[in-house]
Amino acid sequence: MAKIKGAVVVNKERCKGCELCVVACPSQVLALQPTEVNDRGYHYAFMQNPDACIGCASCGLVCPDGCITVYKVKL
Amino acid sequence: MHMDINEIIKPENLVYTKPRLMNDNPMHYCPGCSHGVVHKLIAEVIDEMGIEEETIGIAPVGCAVFAYNYIDIDWIEAAHGRAPAIATAVKRLNPKKMVFTYQGDGDLAAIGTAETIHACNRGENIAIIFINNGIYGMTGGQMAPTTLEGMKTSTCPYGRNVALNGYPLRIAELVERVDGTCYVTRQSVHTPAAIRKAKKAIRLAFENSMAGKGTSMVEIVSTCNSGWKMSPVKANQWMEEHMFAKYPLGDLKNV
Amino acid sequence: MKEDIKLMKGNEAIAHAAIRYGADGYFGYPITPQSEVMETLMAEQPWTTTGMVVLQAESEVAAINMVYGGASCGKAVMTSSSSPGVSLKQEGISYLAGAELPCLIVNVMRGGPGLGTIQPSQADYFQATKGGGHGDYHLITLAPASVQEMADFVALGFDLAFKYRNPAIILADGIIGQMMEKVVLPPFRKRRTEEEIREQNPWAALGKPKDRKRNVVTSLELDPAIMEQNNIRFQATYKRISENEVRFEEINCENADYLIVAFGSMARICQKTIELAAEEGIKVGLLRPITLWPFPSEAVARQADHVKGILSAELNAGQMVEDVRLAVNGKVRVEHFGRLGGIVPTPDEVLAALKEKLM
Repeated sequence: MAKIKGAVVVNKERCKGCELCVVACPSQVLALQPTEVNDRGYHYAFMQNPDACIGCASCGLVCPDGCITVYKVKL
Repeated sequence: MHMDINEIIKPENLVYTKPRLMNDNPMHYCPGCSHGVVHKLIAEVIDEMGIEEETIGIAPVGCAVFAYNYIDIDWIEAAHGRAPAIATAVKRLNPKKMVFTYQGDGDLAAIGTAETIHACNRGENIAIIFINNGIYGMTGGQMAPTTLEGMKTSTCPYGRNVALNGYPLRIAELVERVDGTCYVTRQSVHTPAAIRKAKKAIRLAFENSMAGKGTSMVEIVSTCNSGWKMSPVKANQWMEEHMFAKYPLGDLKNV
Repeated sequence: MKEDIKLMKGNEAIAHAAIRYGADGYFGYPITPQSEVMETLMAEQPWTTTGMVVLQAESEVAAINMVYGGASCGKAVMTSSSSPGVSLKQEGISYLAGAELPCLIVNVMRGGPGLGTIQPSQADYFQATKGGGHGDYHLITLAPASVQEMADFVALGFDLAFKYRNPAIILADGIIGQMMEKVVLPPFRKRRTEEEIREQNPWAALGKPKDRKRNVVTSLELDPAIMEQNNIRFQATYKRISENEVRFEEINCENADYLIVAFGSMARICQKTIELAAEEGIKVGLLRPITLWPFPSEAVARQADHVKGILSAELNAGQMVEDVRLAVNGKVRVEHFGRLGGIVPTPDEVLAALKEKLM
């Protein structure tokens, strides 16, 4: 069976740290930066667990600010 | 099997990104606001239908007053509630254009009720995107016609009392009964599945408009986490638990 | 060439002139005494000939916002109403002015305040010339005194509105709207194509081609520094209009000892008044402002240099008289004569008032 591997790129300056992508991710890939903030003071989202990403784009879909770009490969 | 992330992040592997027609202006919406998701869907639908040069959007008064800053099409900014009247003229004077309004519940369901119902009744070939979050966001969280019974806002601080303020107004049910509408649906954008359905609904509404079938209304039951005084995640849960009971999702009319 | 002379009401002349101008759209709501404008348009069905859109809106508020929509696309669009309806339109008119949109508004005035009366009046002078809605703005205000001018001012109003990107209003009254006179209708002009509109009105929201930025028609600007600049630009436009577009008519003003200033139907009455005065050996001139805004202040001031007194005759309690006094600036006595509530005075009454107040 082909394995699917994804990756998420967050536009961290555009991100407002709303956490909707974190909740939408079925694989618990994303988290908000616990301490670091962007220029506007938001704890932006990042891939905490990149190996688990399946490139489903759920995070991108729910992101209100269009901060998320998703890539996917079949191995 | 381990794979370097840079092996994945390549143009040929792209599966999702910000819509081409959504520009880089940072949106003024609060974190987690539903408006941004709906903006993306509209931008995607316009792009996928190949009608960006033919589309004219009518922006409301309310939080989405600045919608014109984010989607790269021509826009007209309406007076509060008057978007359907403006769209009526734009479409009748330019029958081949795609004309849509984007309105919140204060704009559409309070001050603009007459314009909404009469545009629907004339069967104007426009699409109305209706964001229903049960509150006035821009002015600071006052009661809307759609505010739920018992729901607290800054102008019903002890909860909406129907004896004082009347009942939550179900606009989709109203315009469904009006002969000029061809498609009335109620959607949401709180999960990936809901977002995919909402996008299909917006696409159908736009296609109806271009086909001259009459007025389409896509109501999006939405959150206003700032106005509701909740986190974005909690607001989505609260919407599922409370809003959907009064505003059930699904097609009300599709002829 | 034989002139095409017709007999019709002022309201009907507006409708025919609009079709012939090549207007793109009319949006209205019935109200006495101007309903014949839309009735005539609906009977003529111009959508089958010139392609002009005519729509009966659900309210005056919707009608003026339809005008806002059409104007935002660079189309030549108009509405008409009478006083209470024009009050309702003020929201949209302010937005049109704020978004620098051209359009034509017609007010066939009736008496107020409130529901008032359906009889003629000129009590909306302040509303039309001082803005009417919220904010610092002016409408180009044309005051017809005949059915012919009702017809002619449609083209003039549209042309000025587009020249300056500012709404124009024809401020008529129930007499001019309802009375029948002969009129020579203007020739037919072709409606502009979308390509012509895009070229002549590059600001129009007609759909964004790939090679230009998006057009946004709005009156909103939250940055006060930019909003002040917007207002300064509006004021510069009003200054240009004031310098270039003042229109008026002078009758027997040379060597006059007294001057009547009157507009619209009242000017018609006063034409007879100056004849009656001449029969009595009193030299009275008549200055008829055709543009109420911009007001012919310099022309009035010139008369003030040689007359003994000025009477502002109006179908109201004294509105234009304020602009006359500002123009005269204390040089001579300025009095007002008016009848209210839909009463129309006779020429004798005006003469009697002139004698009583100025002689």
